[in-house]
Amino acid sequence: MKKIEIVQNILEANEFIAAQNQRLLDKHKIFAINIMSSPGAGKTSLILQTIARLKDKLRIGVIEGDVASTLDAEKVKVEATAVAQINTRNMLESCSLNANMVSHALQSLPLEDIDLLLIENVGNLICPSEFVLGEHKRVVISSLPEGDDKPVKYPMIFADADAVVINKIDFLPYVDFDIAAFQKALQGLNPEVKIFQVSCKTGVGIENWCSWLLSALKANS
Amino acid sequence: MHELGITENIVNIALDKAKEAQAGKIVKINLVVGELAGFVPHCIEFYFDFLSKDSIAEGAILNFELAPAQLRCRNCSTVFCPQDTTWACPKCQSQSLEITGGRELYIESMEVE
Ligand SMILES: Nc1nc2c(ncn2[C@@H]2O[C@H](COP(=O)(O)OP(=O)(O)O)[C@@H](O)[C@H]2O)c(=O)[nH]1
Ligand SMILES: [Mg+2]
Ligand SMILES: [Zn+2]
Repeated sequence: MKKIEIVQNILEANEFIAAQNQRLLDKHKIFAINIMSSPGAGKTSLILQTIARLKDKLRIGVIEGDVASTLDAEKVKVEATAVAQINTRNMLESCSLNANMVSHALQSLPLEDIDLLLIENVGNLICPSEFVLGEHKRVVISSLPEGDDKPVKYPMIFADADAVVINKIDFLPYVDFDIAAFQKALQGLNPEVKIFQVSCKTGVGIENWCSWLLSALKANS
Repeated sequence: MHELGITENIVNIALDKAKEAQAGKIVKINLVVGELAGFVPHCIEFYFDFLSKDSIAEGAILNFELAPAQLRCRNCSTVFCPQDTTWACPKCQSQSLEITGGRELYIESMEVE
């Protein structure tokens, strides 16, 4: 018997493809956002709101990776400049997008015609935190009905986020959600994170979120 | 189940390294999995049996070493391993903490013959 030292990161293959994706995006001057949340927190709704507010300024592409898509996903197809659907339903591996899936999706998009790419990840707070896709910014949505303990329960995804969107703020009168406690736990893990309070239903806070997106996009180009 | 993709990578890396070492059989693979990495060893084992069939890795033992979560206090720099899910610095109670360990996922070594 012989022992071989290896010490090789198992996610290296994913990270390699993600770096390729990012080079391709940079070549085409596309700014890409990875949007993550639990199912139903409002990924599709935030994408729709963002398109509505920014479509006169930017050409917006979408990669739809959420299996549990609502009817709203059909609206995304109408509103966006271009949409690539990743169907993870028939794959065993359906708890997160990975860089390889995104690399295929990029091949089907008109990259010359896109300035901003919104990637809707699979609804899950654990697995997507392990897989980088080639995105420039990572955004996590947490919604009021889910409760304020999500950063404590799922620290990894919150520790790596560039921005956290607290959605469904219109629920505030009806649920026990301690915004201050949520922010404190989040900033403890991630002092640099940008936090937005929005409602995709009423439109509150969407403007702030969109101006951050615009300035992040400008800073990247 | 992202364990499937992960296990594919484990099998590929193990077979590559075994080939480099001109080994005829992989007996044991030593993996380090961080407590916070979100991977279930049991699922990795399940997929491994399936994916290693008819290869020199078939029947290999997967040995998991669990790497504990490790945090560093941003206030007083104390480094500690949290004992429960409420994370706070044992020295100054600060909740401003940097995750410094527990995300590992790598093949440490393997035994071949
Ligand atoms: N009241 C309220 N409902 C919302 C808000 N944002 C999204 N929803 C609803 O929540 C449900 C799930 O939203 P969706 O965007 O599909 O979530 P996803 O699974 O993360 O893509 C839908 O019925 C939305 O209409 C909000 O800010 N307030
Ligand atoms: Mg959706
Ligand atoms: Zn301290």
